[in-house]
Amino acid sequence: MTLARFVTKSAFRNKRRSILTVLSLTFSLLLLTLMMTVWRVFYLDTFSAESAQRLVTRHRVSLTQSMPSFYRDKIRSVPGVIAVAPNNWFGGVYKDHKPENFFARFGTDPEEILKIFTDFKIPGDQLQAWQRDRAGVIVDDQLAKKYGWKLGDRIMLQGDIYPIDLELTIRGIYNGPEPTNSIYFNQKYVEEAVPFANGKAGTFEILADAPGSVPRIASAVDDMFRNSPEPTKTESEKAFELGFINSIGNVKAFILSICFAVLFATLLVSATTLAMSIRERTREVAVLKTLGFTRQLILELYIGEAVLVSLTGGAFGCALAFVVVSAMSHAPGMSLFLSGMKVTAPTLMLAILVAGIVGLVSAIVPAYHAAKLDIVEGLRYIG
Amino acid sequence: MAIPISYNIRNLKLRKGLTIMTALGIALTVTTAVFLMALLAGLKKAFMASGDPVNVLVMRKGSTAELSGGFDANLFPTLRTLPGVAKDAQGQPIASGEWVVVVVLPRKDGTGEVNVSVRGLMPAGLTLRPNAKLIEGRWFTPGQREVVVGNSIHNRFSGANVGDNLDFAKGQWKVVGVFDSGGTAYDSEIWGDVNQISADFDRQGGYASVYLRATDPVAADALMHRVSDDQRLKLEGTLETEYYEKQTSSGGAIKFIGTFVAIIMAIGSSFAAMNTMYAAVAYRSREIATLRVIGFSRSSILTSFVIEALLLSLLGAIVGIVLILPFNGMSTGIGNSLTFSETVFSLHLTWGVAIAAVVFALIMGLLGGFAPAWHAARQDILTSLRA
Repeated sequence: MTLARFVTKSAFRNKRRSILTVLSLTFSLLLLTLMMTVWRVFYLDTFSAESAQRLVTRHRVSLTQSMPSFYRDKIRSVPGVIAVAPNNWFGGVYKDHKPENFFARFGTDPEEILKIFTDFKIPGDQLQAWQRDRAGVIVDDQLAKKYGWKLGDRIMLQGDIYPIDLELTIRGIYNGPEPTNSIYFNQKYVEEAVPFANGKAGTFEILADAPGSVPRIASAVDDMFRNSPEPTKTESEKAFELGFINSIGNVKAFILSICFAVLFATLLVSATTLAMSIRERTREVAVLKTLGFTRQLILELYIGEAVLVSLTGGAFGCALAFVVVSAMSHAPGMSLFLSGMKVTAPTLMLAILVAGIVGLVSAIVPAYHAAKLDIVEGLRYIG
Repeated sequence: MAIPISYNIRNLKLRKGLTIMTALGIALTVTTAVFLMALLAGLKKAFMASGDPVNVLVMRKGSTAELSGGFDANLFPTLRTLPGVAKDAQGQPIASGEWVVVVVLPRKDGTGEVNVSVRGLMPAGLTLRPNAKLIEGRWFTPGQREVVVGNSIHNRFSGANVGDNLDFAKGQWKVVGVFDSGGTAYDSEIWGDVNQISADFDRQGGYASVYLRATDPVAADALMHRVSDDQRLKLEGTLETEYYEKQTSSGGAIKFIGTFVAIIMAIGSSFAAMNTMYAAVAYRSREIATLRVIGFSRSSILTSFVIEALLLSLLGAIVGIVLILPFNGMSTGIGNSLTFSETVFSLHLTWGVAIAAVVFALIMGLLGGFAPAWHAARQDILTSLRA
């Protein structure tokens, strides 16, 4: 019998206990992997290469203030800016106030917006049809699937910020890099009906010539309007979206504290089980020593056993996380930010590593005690 | 005959290390669950207490929040003279036309910028919110660029002390007072003169909302319907209490994540408890057989082990609740999906939360303890005695 086989055998000698320990670790690691995935989506995702080239300008005071539309041409004059288009949050109500019927509705300029959202894919004839119809709208393909929308269908939006109801005709269905949960229509349609919307823009979407020029363009735009009555704040698309997450509250501390609680609980579980299993085998350890196993080897055997059990739990946890995340990201009504959620290889590796370390740390004390056990005492032990 | 509980307690004491470790595992799960439940309780308290049952909030039809759109100021005289509106000492109707706007302020601890609601109100707006009490300085003077700040704003943002200047919209605003409304959503707002605010934000000639104070709750209800049913006005009345109740829905994400996290952790802890109890049964298989021989029935052994598991989880629950105590009253902010701004609320450990936590732990104990107890009760007496 090789040593590896010995470790495997003894790790699963008490089947019920091993299964329970593995299951317990599985759920802890599942939670840990999920939290890490959310963390990655919020703070680590670099977005697409296209996104790194985009900026968003808003009113300095807050998102709810609008800027004059003529800012668009001024922004266009900044070196490095390739395209600029207004993007106005319409708000409104589709069908009813239920959260599952909520999606983003933007008024924009059909001529230019898709030159900025270069990663949106739409057939050329649909784009032209949208540009020709002032009451037309383009919708996200996932959204179209959810509501069963087809080209030529009508969407009714009841206005809340703006005192008008929009009747829009679907002219195109676009495919984004990830579900965008958004629809886009012509801002002129709103402006014609609502006098106070005239000449106003909520945000400007900007496309830069290269990711490197983004910071320079941001400060150039803001400097231009610094002393005007309507100062602006320009930031990269990524920073703009992070602003939303920060507004939910202290998400970072929230996720971190859950992770620590889970980690500590896992350590406790794993250490308890190991202490139990090693104490049970006190006599066995004495026999092993009599046979000539060194302290070093015994220490290694027990640690190896613990790591094996926790790695098994970790692997199951990761597999389960994979299933849960893919189910969640396809669930209807998932928030805008989590819809692109994916478990990546680095996350999985980190989770497995954590599992291994948990096994290692929790085994050290009981394994050490076993290793320095007095043979005679051990043989006399009756359990 | 039942086995005395002291038997279980002594057994738990005997294997101290194991008991403490398992209880701690359960405790951590309970702590996480309690933390989330206490957050929700605090959030609910902040919003529920904000509304006054005699105040009617009037907004444009279709608006769900004071932030979305406004209506013509010419409608204001009609609204304030409606029957059922209470009158102040001078015989003036208590009605206030208001604007709510959002500004961005940097947090005191430098962790970024936060959206904050600024409310422009008429002097009557202070009369109809008797819960808001000045704790420092004075109220703002109409016609001046002066603001008073809610207590949470005062604590969380720099430059929000009496005498400081806050910089938003078209210039500086002098902070002349701090008010406290008892932990409600108003504590997360900045208040100023409605005319000054609307001028700064280019919103003259209208109001986003009009607050009417009714003489009593019955009149409030009638007033609400009167406004909503008048086709000429195209406005909608809501009771202030209902309006704030709806905003508690911004805790939906916490609720969802909290339940999810608590359930997964509970499953993990149940397995751990099961492990401990199986070990307890295995250690004592001879003892159990002896008990059977003496004459204790299977059912009393089953009960005894289930009770032992429940005791273990109860210990976990107590430790878990004690662990959360230092955080009680800690305040945090949450983004409000209706107002786009941050509302501050505090962790609120209520008796309801504590009881829910104990029940939660007991369920874990039951899940973890039943199978091992069943196993113990079914053991073959002779085999166990020989072991």
